[in-house]
Order: sequence, then C-alpha cells, then structure tokens
Amino acid sequence: MWEYTDKVKEHFLNPRNVGEVENPDGAATVGSLACGDALKLTFKLDENGRIQDARFKTFGCASAIAAASALTEMIKGLTVEEAAKITNRDIANFLGGLPEEKMHCSVLGREALEAAIGHYRGEAVPTVEGKIVCECFGVTEEEIARVVRENNLRTIEEVTNYTKAGGGCGGCHEAIQEIIDRVRGEGKVVTRPKVSNIQKIKMIEETIDREIRPALQQDGGDLELIDVVGNRVLVATRGACASCAASHLTLKQVVEAKLRELVWPELEVEEVAQ
Amino acid sequence: MKPIYLDNNATTQVAPEVLEDMLPYFHDFYGNPSSMHTFGGQVGRRVRQAREQVAKIIGASPEEIIFTSCGTESDNTAVRSALATNPGKRHIVTTRVEHPAIHSLVARLAQEGCRVTEIPVDAEGRLNMEQYAKSLSPDTAIVSLMWANNETGVIFPVEEAATLAHNRGILFHTDAVQAVGKIPIDMRHNCIDMLSISGHKLHAPKGVGALYVRKGTRFSPFLIGGHQEKGRRGGTENVPSIIALGLACDLAAQKMTTENTVVKELRDKLENALLYNIPRCRVNGDRVNRLPNTSNISFEFVEGEAILLRLDEYAICASSGSACTSGSLQPSHVLRAMGVPFTMAHGSIRFSLSIYNTEKEIDFVIDTLPGIIENLRALSPYWEVGDAICARVEG
Repeated sequence: MWEYTDKVKEHFLNPRNVGEVENPDGAATVGSLACGDALKLTFKLDENGRIQDARFKTFGCASAIAAASALTEMIKGLTVEEAAKITNRDIANFLGGLPEEKMHCSVLGREALEAAIGHYRGEAVPTVEGKIVCECFGVTEEEIARVVRENNLRTIEEVTNYTKAGGGCGGCHEAIQEIIDRVRGEGKVVTRPKVSNIQKIKMIEETIDREIRPALQQDGGDLELIDVVGNRVLVATRGACASCAASHLTLKQVVEAKLRELVWPELEVEEVAQ
Repeated sequence: MKPIYLDNNATTQVAPEVLEDMLPYFHDFYGNPSSMHTFGGQVGRRVRQAREQVAKIIGASPEEIIFTSCGTESDNTAVRSALATNPGKRHIVTTRVEHPAIHSLVARLAQEGCRVTEIPVDAEGRLNMEQYAKSLSPDTAIVSLMWANNETGVIFPVEEAATLAHNRGILFHTDAVQAVGKIPIDMRHNCIDMLSISGHKLHAPKGVGALYVRKGTRFSPFLIGGHQEKGRRGGTENVPSIIALGLACDLAAQKMTTENTVVKELRDKLENALLYNIPRCRVNGDRVNRLPNTSNISFEFVEGEAILLRLDEYAICASSGSACTSGSLQPSHVLRAMGVPFTMAHGSIRFSLSIYNTEKEIDFVIDTLPGIIENLRALSPYWEVGDAICARVEG
C-alpha cells in the first residue's frame, strides 16, 4: 500500500474543481489511456487576466487525481505568467509530498498546465518534440533532461518514477543514463581539471592499490594494471579472480565504477589475458 | 470496522481451530522433532500426522510430501531440482501468466543459460495446448504450468499437459498454490511429478508450504543442511506451522463442497450483480474453467488503484492488476498476455472469496461499488467520449 499524506487522501476523496470550464481560455489534455493516466485541464481568465476558474478531469490513480485537484487550487487567482512558474515540485509540496514512485503524477500536472497555457497563448499544440527515448511511454529526450534538471535526479530509477521513461521494456536505460550524465555534467565541464596522461595513469594506479586490491585480496583474488591506452584501462586478473566466472562482472561493476568515480568518468576497464 | 475481506488469493485468515491447534507448539511442546527424548519425539509424531494430512488432500503418500517455507521455495526447489538431475538438458517450458515465483525464476535461469519457452494464452486466459505440445523437445528438462491462475482463477488442463510431457520423458511441475483446497486434486490419477502448495492460501499461517515429489522422481535438494525431510530439505522444521498446514488441509478437504457451492454462489452473485448494475465492465478469464472463489472484473475508463482506495474507505479489501498498484508501470502481465485492452486492463479488480465471507458482505459490495465507479467515471476525461465511441462501434 502506498504511503499517501493526509492531504493526498483528502484531495483524492474530495477532489476540487472537477469538470470542464465552458468556453475556456486555455485547455489541454496530456497523458494517455495506454500509459495509465491522463489529465484534461481547462481554465478561464477574469477581466484582470487572472485565472478565475480552473477545472480538471483525470483518468488515473489516487495521486494523479489528487495532483490535478491540487493544481487547480494552486493556479486559481494567479496570472498566466505566475502560473507558468509552477513546477512539479510545487505540486508535490502542496500535497505534503508524494511517494517517489508517484512523482510522475506531479509531472503530469505540470505538463497539463504548460500545455494549457501554450494553448491560451496561441502556441502550436506541443506535439512530440525531439527524439523519443522511451518508446513504451513515449517520453522524449527533452522531457527527461528537464525533469532531471528540475528535480536533481541521479538514477534511472528516479527518472522512471518521475516520467515513467524506462518503466516498460527497459530498452532505453542506456540512453536515459546518458541524458542523466549529460545534464549532471552541465556546468561542471569547466571545473573538471585538465589531467595529463601521466597524472591519469598515476591516479588509476593509486586508486587500484588503495581502493580495489585490498578488497579483492580478502577474497583471495588480485588485479594488476597492465597499461592505459586513452580511456581504456587494461588489467589482468590474478589469484582467485583469474578462475572466477564472475570476475568480468566485478571488473565492470566494481573496478570500472570505482575508477570512473574517483579518476575519470569515461574510463573503461578491459581484461587482457596475461 | 471489520473488513470485508475479498482478497483471499493474496492471503487468507488462519482458521480459528487451526490457530488453536498450533499454539501449544510454541510454549508447551517446543521440542525439536529430531530429538531422542520423549519431549521432542511427541512433536515428531504431530509432524508425521501433518504430513499424512497434507498428502491426503491431494491423494498422495506421506513420503511424497516435503515441507518448505512457502510456495515460492517449493517452486524454486522443483525447477532447480529438475535442472540439477538433468544436467544435459537446458530447456524449460512454462506459460506467460505464471506467478512471479516461476516467472522471475525462469527469467533468472534464462540469464544463466537456459532456454525458456513461455506458452501464450488466448483472450480468455486459456492455454494454447497446440503450441504447448510443439514446444516439448528432447532438450526440455522441465515443464512448469500453474494449476490455476492467481489473478483470473482460470484453470489449466495440467493433467493432460503432464501426460504429454511424460510421453516424452519430461518432468512436469505444477504451481498448485491457488488450486489446492479449492478444487479436487488426486495425484493417483495423473502423472504430475512435482506440485507446490502454500499454507497461507488455505487458512494456515504464512511461512509454510509443501512440495509434492512423486515417488521415484530423481530429486536434488535446494536447502542443504541437516537430515530433516530425509535430507531433501535441510533446516529445523517450522513445527507449529507444519501442524497448522496439516489441519488446514483436513479442513479444506471437508469444506471442498462448500467452496464449490456456497462460495461459488456468492462469487457468481457478486459478479452477475456488478455486471448488471455497472455499464461497460467485463469479466477477465474463462468463466467456465475457473476457481470457484475468484472473479476478475475490468471497469472501463477508470483506474484500479483509485477504485481500491475508494473501496478501502468502506473497509472492502480487493486487489487490482492496474499498473499503479503493482509498483511497476505496466498493468498485470497476466492481463497483457490475454490481450486485455488498456482501457480495461488499468481498471481491473480481483475479488477472491473464502468460506468466511457472508451474503451480507457481498450485498454490501454490490450496493457500494456501482456508486464508486460512477463517481470515478465522472472524473475521467475518457468516460463520455469513450462510451460514445464504443457505443457507436458496437451499434
């Protein structure tokens, strides 16, 4: 059972502003039946350009209904410019938080708001922009990048919780990781120190000696650095590792991960037969 | 408020007489059945009795019963044993609609190098027997087909399938966790080699199960340890729960007729009334070859989690195959395998009854649910549009 806040439960059991505004100034439907949730948002402005009435219809789970109900309450009385600043975080915060796995419901709210405002401003219907990354749920690269940026996401699982991307067949996980890496690398590129090849090799050597070999030696294994060619780290396994069927996994998941974390994010570990 | 519990395929209440029977084995008779002293020995006698009781409900001999910790352990043991005793064979045949205890296990075994064939089902959830027969090969180490589906209650012709496998010298296992205690099973009249039982699905506690292994079947244990279960499953016996499982099987055998008359009638009453009172809903799964206690109904254009939480307000307990309840983002793999359209799959609710349900409870659900569905449909952007489109297509 999901741990919903009292406010989520309250908005789910007594949703506010259900329905459609007649002759709306802004209207949009986002999501789809296949995806399991959809939201239709309509709003009308008063003579001062403030949102006088906002109504919703939702197909979806309890948190999708609560998020839409919250959204309509939040935007009433705001100017379109003010409403446009609302993020998915704001919607989740209004409800006292959402379970991580349900954050996509807040994103759906923000998307509907954005699309309805776009409709009001006479912008072209936001068709699917950019490259679709997740085929199962039709999520684009831009959408993923934006949610990663706005919510400071770090893992594929988090991206799935927020956008559903990667929650189907899983074929897009690599592409999602690339987007996370790219977005999280933004602004950091300049600060990354220039490292000469000699420094890099030295750091790799130190990291292997300090961080990796002691752990391997505990299990009767060992590792030897053979060479570094560009970003390729060539190593040979020794002791128990040399005969272990899982040593390939250890190299990728432990050695490579450690080196990427501590030395250089593009390093790739390869085993050579020696 | 006492809950109206219609989620008995998830778990069941421990029968009061079962609870009473097992409790002394926590405090008064806590001896180890393997001990030499009388204090332990008397416990061993009760474990032997439980083994006879479990054997009896499926028409087996006591020595063919191995106690385990749950249905999942029984399933894992059976499949891994078949692979271990057939080292030259690396093909597994199963279905697309198995419980995760088999579904996830064979996915793991596929990663470990096994070839897995998952037999599809039709729109009613019935197994494609033609494709099944074709899938059997000299490389097949084991066939594992569930006896009855936990989500839809659809019953597979496992006895016929086992004969086909046997004719080709292939081991046959069935996950009968949902079937034992609900429908008659007699191992003397089939050639199934292994069969999984779970305690908590038939009014015994959680944490106990059994695996039937036909006499003469080569077997390789999953848990290696002491000599318990004749070396076929190491680990000190979960004595109170094993005793409980024994009595629960006895009671289930006695109440089999009730299950297939009274419970079935209540289920049918619920199902028919909901179908009659709520527009645009349908039953998922073959209504003929089905467990007497299970009904899986889809309510179009509404989402299952929302229905469950509204039912929860009335202390009505059921479950759903919707994406939002599973923790994954896709609706139940069983409904997807049956090709249930998305408009229906997300709004599926499973009601599973037991002998403890009353007609009054069922009447209350019949009175309550239509209003909930109507209310949620009023929220749904698809309801009016979808209803109109469907009416046009059908008209």
